[in-house]
Amino acid sequence: MTTAAIWPALDYSRVPYRLYHDAEIYREEQARIFNGPVWNYLGLEAEIPEPGDFRATYVGETPVIVNRDGAGRVHAFVNRCAHRGALVRREERGNATSHTCIYHQWCYALDGSLTAIPFRRGIRGKGGLDPSFDLAQHGLRRLKVDSVSGALFGTLDPAAEPLETYLGAPILEQVRRFLARPVEVLGYNRQRIRGNWKLYAENTRDNYHASLLHEFLVTFGLDRSTQVGGVRMDARHRHNITWAEAASDSDDEAHAAYAGARVRSNYLTLKEPELVRFVRERDDPLNLAVTSIFPGAVFVQISNSLAIRQIRPRGVDEVEVYQTMIGYRDDPPEMKRHRLRQANLVGPAGLVSMEDGEAIEIAHRASKPDPDRHTVIELGGGGVISDRDYRVTDVPLRGFWSYYAELLGIEPAGAVR
Amino acid sequence: MSFDRAAVADLYAEYGALLDAGEYDAWLALFAAACRYVVMPWENHRLGLPAGLIYCDSRAVLEDRIRALREANKYNIHTDRHLIGLPRAAGDAVEAPFAVYQTDQEGATRLFATGLYRDRLVAEGGRPRFADKLILLDTFAVPSLLATPL
Repeated sequence: MTTAAIWPALDYSRVPYRLYHDAEIYREEQARIFNGPVWNYLGLEAEIPEPGDFRATYVGETPVIVNRDGAGRVHAFVNRCAHRGALVRREERGNATSHTCIYHQWCYALDGSLTAIPFRRGIRGKGGLDPSFDLAQHGLRRLKVDSVSGALFGTLDPAAEPLETYLGAPILEQVRRFLARPVEVLGYNRQRIRGNWKLYAENTRDNYHASLLHEFLVTFGLDRSTQVGGVRMDARHRHNITWAEAASDSDDEAHAAYAGARVRSNYLTLKEPELVRFVRERDDPLNLAVTSIFPGAVFVQISNSLAIRQIRPRGVDEVEVYQTMIGYRDDPPEMKRHRLRQANLVGPAGLVSMEDGEAIEIAHRASKPDPDRHTVIELGGGGVISDRDYRVTDVPLRGFWSYYAELLGIEPAGAVR
Repeated sequence: MSFDRAAVADLYAEYGALLDAGEYDAWLALFAAACRYVVMPWENHRLGLPAGLIYCDSRAVLEDRIRALREANKYNIHTDRHLIGLPRAAGDAVEAPFAVYQTDQEGATRLFATGLYRDRLVAEGGRPRFADKLILLDTFAVPSLLATPL
C-alpha cells in the first residue's frame, strides 16, 4: 500500500481504522516504535531503592527487567535468556545478586552480562559448549537508561537521541514539576481494555472528550472546559500537556456553555466535598496536568491525585493500562489521606476515568469491520499542528500521528505537521 | 462479639442479591451508619501499599460513589452475578470468597472478578451490618473497567 493511500488527509485529521486493527501494522509498531528510537517509561527509582532491587516491566510487548547493581547503578535489559528465549526472571519484583533462568540455569549479572553456564565443559570431558563459545557475546540485550527526577526511561535503540532532547523543554519541565519532591508509591492499579493501544494514547491527548464523556467532572463542578486551559506540545508534537487552571471560570459561564451540550453542570453536591477539593501545592494554579509522552507514558495530575500510567500493548486488540499512584515522601498525614481519597477519581474504577475503558472498547469494536473508513480529528481546526490556549480541541492527536507516521515510514508526501 | 450464623448468611445473601438487582439503596442499608468500603488490588495489599481502586473511607464517600454511578458515570452495559461463598466467622470478623460474572446485553457472560471479602460486622437494629468491608481483589488486572460495586 502506498503511503498516500493510507492517509486520506495530509494533516493527519483522518486516521483510517486499519491502523487500529491490522496485525501486520501492529508487528511493525513493535519493531519500529517500541524497538525504535523512542524513550519508554520503565518505572521509578523509588521502586528499586536498594542494590539488587529489581522489577519487571515492558517495552511494548517485550519483557524488561530494571535493576540496581551493587554500586547503585540502574540497568535495564530484555528479560529473555540468550539460550532458549525464556523469561530469565519470572518474579515481578524482588532483590537479587544475579538472575538465573530456571530452564538451564544460565546466570546473568545485574548489568545483564552472562556470567555462568552449567556443564559448560560437559561432564567427564564430554558434552558442554565448544571452548570458543564467548559468554561476552551472549548477555541480555541491554537498554540505554536515563532518568528525569527519578523517573526511569529506557530505549532499545542505541542511536536514540538523548532523553532530555527527546522530551523537549515543556515536557521536561512538567515531569520535573510532577516529581519535584521525593516520591512515595501509594499503590498500583491495572486495567485491561479490549482495544488497540493507540486509542488509549489518543484518549490521553484528547481535551475535547474530558468534560463530555466524564460527566462527573462537570456534574460535581471539578473541571470544566470553560476554565483557562489548553494543550502544549514539544517542538515535534509527539508529546503533549493538557492543562487547566483551578477556579479560572465562573459558574454562570459554565452553565451557559454546557446548556447546549446535554451535560448538567454543577447541579449536584457531594456528601464528601473533599473528593474534589483542590489543595494548591505549587507556585502554579494548575489543577489538571496530563502529560503524555510518546509512545506510552502519561503523568497525570487531577486535583491532588498523582499517577503515572504506562500503556502496555497486549496484541492488536488489547491494551493494559498500568498505573502507579504516588504521593510525596514528605506529605503530611492529612495530605496522604487526601490523595488516597482522591485516588477515587482515577484508574479503572475512577469517578472521572472509568468511562475511558468503555469509550475505547466501543471505538475499537465498531471500527473493526471497516478498515478503509476513518476517524475525524478536527476540533480546533485542521492544518498546521500547534499549541492551543483553549480546551475544545483534539489537535495533539494529530501530533501523535505525525510522529507515528514518521517512525513507521508511512508519512505521506507533502505532510502538514 | 459474634453473630448468629443464620443472620450472617442472610446478610451475605442479601448483599449479592441486592447488587445483582441494582437495588443500591437497599444495599447501602446493609452498611452501618459509620462504615468503610474499600476495593483493594491484592497486589497492593501484599506490598503493604494503601491505595485502593475504590476507597470509601466514610459512608459519605460510599453514598457519593453510588450517586455518581446513577447520575454521572457511563460504563459497559451489563448485569452482574455475585456468587458468594460460605462466610467464615471469627467473632465480628467475617471472610467470604466471591466471584462476579458479568453478562453483556447480547447475553455473553465472562468472569469479571474473584476475590475475598474481609469484613468487620457490627449490630445495628438487632441485625449484623457491615462496619468495614475490605474487598481483596484477586483479579487486579481489571477487565475493561469497574463501575458497579463488587
